[in-house]
Amino acid sequence: MATVLAIKNLVVNYGAVEALKGIDVELGEHDIVAVLGANGAGKTTLLKSISRIQAIKGGTIEYKGKDLVTAPAFRLAGLGISHVPEGRHVFATLTTEENLNLGAYGVRSMPAGKVMEKTKEWIFSLFPILKERRKQLAGTLSGGEQQMLAIGRGLISKPQVLLLDEPSLGLAPIIVQEIFRVIRQIHEEEGVSILLVEQNARKALAVARYGYILELGRIAIEGLACDLKNDERVRSAYLGGSKVSC
Amino acid sequence: MATFFEQLINGLTIGSFYALVALGYSMVFGVMKLINFAHGDLFALGSYLGYTLLVASSSWVTVHFGLWGGMAIAMLFAFTGIGFAGVLMERVAYRPVYPAGRLSLVVSALGMSIFLQNGIMAIWGSRPQAYPAAVVPSTRFSLLGLPVTSLQVVILLVSFALMLAIWFIVEKTTFGAAIRATALDRSTATLMGIDVRVVIFFIFALGPALGGIAGVMNGMYYRAISFNMGWTYGLKAFTATILGGIGNIPGAMIGGLLLGLMESLFAGYVSGAWKDVFVFFILIVVLIWRPTGLLGEKTAEKV
Repeated sequence: MATVLAIKNLVVNYGAVEALKGIDVELGEHDIVAVLGANGAGKTTLLKSISRIQAIKGGTIEYKGKDLVTAPAFRLAGLGISHVPEGRHVFATLTTEENLNLGAYGVRSMPAGKVMEKTKEWIFSLFPILKERRKQLAGTLSGGEQQMLAIGRGLISKPQVLLLDEPSLGLAPIIVQEIFRVIRQIHEEEGVSILLVEQNARKALAVARYGYILELGRIAIEGLACDLKNDERVRSAYLGGSKVSC
Repeated sequence: MATFFEQLINGLTIGSFYALVALGYSMVFGVMKLINFAHGDLFALGSYLGYTLLVASSSWVTVHFGLWGGMAIAMLFAFTGIGFAGVLMERVAYRPVYPAGRLSLVVSALGMSIFLQNGIMAIWGSRPQAYPAAVVPSTRFSLLGLPVTSLQVVILLVSFALMLAIWFIVEKTTFGAAIRATALDRSTATLMGIDVRVVIFFIFALGPALGGIAGVMNGMYYRAISFNMGWTYGLKAFTATILGGIGNIPGAMIGGLLLGLMESLFAGYVSGAWKDVFVFFILIVVLIWRPTGLLGEKTAEKV
């Protein structure tokens, strides 16, 4: 599997606090990799560093063999990396449709009009509710709908790499089901590589090929999702001790 | 009745000056969360730029392009010049102090205001200057039986066209959506591929540039201009911004027009000498009873 995203020895500081203490993460082509861990482990910091909205102290981030660290943050969307931030961050006073349109803002080569409409139809086929909410202000959507909008907004640029930060956070189980169904679907049908940060370890390991477990800014355990599920430490700390079939 | 219509037209005219200046306040505040206290002085500078162009070498522009041509060129000149000044101001006075926080920004804005006022005084002198009668269109006619000047009509047309254009850009285009997105959440806007620097550049060019045009029209309407006029106009336009709801583009327009109307009706029926007191009384009342302004910021709860 060819590597799309390679992070080596990444160090990030918040003032005197070391949030990431030198971690290596790899994401392949047509891949899903899960990053798990408790609050404050550095999961979100990792994604923010990749999308350049968080300054890094050391290490390298390469995307298809090219150095990302020197690229300005706003260029990344155009390069094919889409970040769906934690807490959704939809633009509340913009309509659903305006939010979606902005998702493709950084893509220069994306022709407006027909192609855009086609991509939008694809998003609406993933999340039919968004079509009904087209003209509605994003701030008036429910939490689940906002999460769908945030993901749709991230997908409308047709990215190669999707950075998904806590897509299930605070959502009803039925919505979580739907979100994970879509994650699987875009991965299988469109071949999008996904770096998935989650607290819901069970769900995440069910879709991922590989997983990293972050603890206090370091990678504590890593391995194939299947092996992680059977790892005694992972089972007791992240899966509630229960046995998970592979 | 005649007084009423006279004050109505007059109020709409000055109201459109307020509205254009208020637009600049609101746009800059929306994106930067900064009250640009030097904005009124950019308006004054625009007035002086237009004046200088029109009186330069014995009204050369007016002689060659006619009264309306001269007015158009003066407005274009002020638009460009003040747009440039706005961008320069952001570079020099605001960008270096962003990391220091909002209080430092406000102090820097006040400093910029004093700098501009004194700069105008140093260049054009402390005595008021006057747009010469020869460069100002002064035809009077009656519109549906109401006495108006052609200048008033042109000022209203130009202002409304500009407001419509700004409303269209901000509310209806993708770039406008990018501006609103940047105002709401800068780092998520960056994730969308929006270059925030371009948005800031645009805001600091267009906002002041509108004020520049208003400055020229104001100079032509009242004829007399002075180095410290930016302070009063700035404060009144700021009142208009608050009245309509700061950060809200249609609010700035409505607030400006409404304030102009109220001011001029008060001046016509109650007392001309007390009109400024009345305007700032409105500011206080709005701040007490409806701090978010008439249109208010549309607030949406994040779930």
